[in-house]
Amino acid sequence: MRIRIRFTKHGKVRFTSHRDVARIFQRALRRAGLPVAYSQGFSPRPKIAFGLALSTGHESEAEYLDIDLDPERTNGLEMGDLPARLSNELPEGMAVTAAVIIDRRTASLQQAVTSCTWQIDVVDVDADTVAGAVARALAAESLVVTRERKGREVTDDLRPGILSLDVEGPVEAEEHEGSRVRLLAELATQPRALRVSELLGALDPPLVEHRVLRLHQWTTNETDAQQRGNPLHAAASALVGAT
Amino acid sequence: MSLWPRLENLLPQVQKPARYIGCELGVQSPAHGGGIVSWLLTYPDAYEIGLPNQGLQILYEILNEREDAAAERAYSPWTDLEALLRREKIQLFSVDTHRPAGDFDVIAFNLSAELTYTNLLNCIDLAGVPVHSAARADSDPLIGVGGHCTYNPEPIADFVDFVVLGDGEEVVGEITELVREWKGAGRSDGSRREVLRELAKVAGVYVPSMYRVAYDGAFIAEVAPRFADVPATVEKRTVADLADWPYPKRQLVPLTEVVHDRLSVEVFRGCTRGCRFCQAGMITRPVRERPAEQVRTMISDGLARTGYDEVALTSLSTADFSGIQQVIGETISDAGCDQVSVALPSLRVDAFTVGIAAEIQRARRTGLTFAPEAGSWRMRRVINKLIREEDLYGAVESAYSQGWRRMKLYFLTGLPTETDEDTLGIAELARNCVELGRRHHSSPSVTVSVGGFVPKPFTPFQWFGQNTVVELSRKIGLLRDHLRRDKGVQLKWHDPEATLVEGITSRGDRRLGPVIEYVWRKGGTFQEWSEHFDYDLWLEAMAASGCDVDWYVHRHRTEDEALPWDHLSAGLHKDFLWQDWRDSLNELGLEDCRWTPCYDCGACTGYGIEHVVASASPPAGGSQGTGVDLSRGGAVPVALGERPRTASSGDDPQSRPLVGVGS
Repeated sequence: MRIRIRFTKHGKVRFTSHRDVARIFQRALRRAGLPVAYSQGFSPRPKIAFGLALSTGHESEAEYLDIDLDPERTNGLEMGDLPARLSNELPEGMAVTAAVIIDRRTASLQQAVTSCTWQIDVVDVDADTVAGAVARALAAESLVVTRERKGREVTDDLRPGILSLDVEGPVEAEEHEGSRVRLLAELATQPRALRVSELLGALDPPLVEHRVLRLHQWTTNETDAQQRGNPLHAAASALVGAT
Repeated sequence: MSLWPRLENLLPQVQKPARYIGCELGVQSPAHGGGIVSWLLTYPDAYEIGLPNQGLQILYEILNEREDAAAERAYSPWTDLEALLRREKIQLFSVDTHRPAGDFDVIAFNLSAELTYTNLLNCIDLAGVPVHSAARADSDPLIGVGGHCTYNPEPIADFVDFVVLGDGEEVVGEITELVREWKGAGRSDGSRREVLRELAKVAGVYVPSMYRVAYDGAFIAEVAPRFADVPATVEKRTVADLADWPYPKRQLVPLTEVVHDRLSVEVFRGCTRGCRFCQAGMITRPVRERPAEQVRTMISDGLARTGYDEVALTSLSTADFSGIQQVIGETISDAGCDQVSVALPSLRVDAFTVGIAAEIQRARRTGLTFAPEAGSWRMRRVINKLIREEDLYGAVESAYSQGWRRMKLYFLTGLPTETDEDTLGIAELARNCVELGRRHHSSPSVTVSVGGFVPKPFTPFQWFGQNTVVELSRKIGLLRDHLRRDKGVQLKWHDPEATLVEGITSRGDRRLGPVIEYVWRKGGTFQEWSEHFDYDLWLEAMAASGCDVDWYVHRHRTEDEALPWDHLSAGLHKDFLWQDWRDSLNELGLEDCRWTPCYDCGACTGYGIEHVVASASPPAGGSQGTGVDLSRGGAVPVALGERPRTASSGDDPQSRPLVGVGS
């Protein structure tokens, strides 16, 4: 039996890495006593699969994780209790907000997610400058960047990956900070994931991220490309245990 | 006040920012206030090295259980964050609530390795506290240290206010009470010296500033208390029964990668195997076993609470634990299908031990590690590690036949009386182990790890002159040459230059304070890390401070020499250690006193305590301390003073006094 959960990552724990989050979940699942299935062989590992990695330092409202449970031990498992039961075992700043049973044939998170919505705060720059940089990027036909990959120079056009980009305007800054301006962006994850830092670096003038929050991960309906949903909807079963 | 709002803007700029966030399972945010003594328990190395330290975790819980104490933790910030902290003028901070280090009443460091001394100074400085204890004001935190290195704290005596010798469980409470009174009385002008004087009277607490060192030329004439009410000798503290201290009860589970990332349950403290090179075995006597029932409870509660899938049963020789088979059997059956593995970090070298290992590593079979320590039976008699070759080959044969393919063997080189024949015995043993493996596998592998021997205080080898860098390098070179064609043997070795620097601080005296300070001021932090270790800087610091490396490191000490730690005591009689040193040179072994009559080393008799051992008979298996014929000995005459002649040690070092340092 496979379940898919959605979880958040806020505050101090945003500085843990993707690998750290995997480790945190392995232990939380054991503490919660969930009957997680293990791989066979020399070095058994719990069968869990994460979606797109969240960069260290970024926060999120919508991270996803697929977990295989041992069908022989799932009797009496209450899906409705699961978010609270797992959240109890997670560090401060992480909470499970939904859990559903999914069909094993459901596309993996890596395959299913096509774009993400990001809330990006930049500091020490005024709103007009930010608006100008955004307008120039949106008006451009292409945003070509070169980067080094395995010792070779690769050129990429980032423009097709920018599905939307808006300036929300100035937001209140915290103590010890300059002025803050907030952007909202929807960035494609396929054929390759456009990273927030890449986008900001390609703007004119380049902007530097301060706080970044992933708000949504989107999947595209296989039959109707205009209709999109989140990875929980992609699952065949009805939503259970959402909070 | 929390430094977090300022820190969080710096963390995106540093490597591994999760080192600095706390948030572990088991983290506490204790209340601070007037009647509460706040302790900042600090490990002076990176988070991933310091977090698993069991000593600090035990004290963290014990202090936080007290109503009059609050304990938080800190670790050395890595160099990238340190640069940002200094630029932004932000203090060292606790990871628990990000409270500034300078706001604590006591900053207490665990010192487990000499090469962290420069990090100790760096942390004190980052806390906004003067590095010299003499320069501290009444408002500054007290700087305390504990851990194995503090059996010779003289090199860092100028930088610390108090030193704890031995087990910390009880004494931290006594220190808390004195500091609470001091705090309650308002820490008035000049009261710092008074509280230090009171601390000096607490058993197990050494206050360096209360003692004066008198020199006789290069040698120490005497270390004597400045006041009549300060004890002439500071005795270590020993917890009589581990059953009273089932800590940690809530072991911290980190969010990010650390070393030894698993549940640890200490099954006993102390060791009486009597290996003469081993400081831990000497200073932690006697053996105090935890009741098997308590071990089982700590394992099952700990696994359920932490979510770990691995538990290490820790001690200095876990196969010697009376209840070992029962505890392991029950752990495995309790754990059932939940894939728990058991680690024994200190294996004994015999087939019995391998049998246990086979039982516990059914799920995940990694590698096996044995520590014969020396390459020849003669050498092993000198160091009293009484493993016969048949024990090792029996263990190795047993391991290969039960499916292991990889084996690691630990050795020391530079031991007293060591000849090239002894050194090359290491190659011979390793080669024979690979041969045994070939009967079972096509490509067996043996990793040989060789460390340079550093003589330590309170061991029978404390009088021995350490091998030079040139000599250690020559011995490692010999092994490399002999093993070059052996495909199955991988040779690894510890940097002889790092061994030398450990040697400087291991048996140094107060005149080394300026050396450590020099290295620190020149940026020599994280000396445990090969990418930061700076040998030339240490040599430069020794020269600049007028300290002679040869005199401190390579010189044999004589029986009548006053040692820098003679005013401290681990219970061991100095004449017992001297006799054991003479026996060692005569290749005479000494039996394990757990199962044989007491030879009065002093560790029990001096403190009115005894071994706490559930079984009065030695464990089954090889010869280590059991059934070895110790009657023969002295067949090979050995004499002191066969030091290698190298470019730097041509003259008799004892005739060369220190330059520019005197009484």
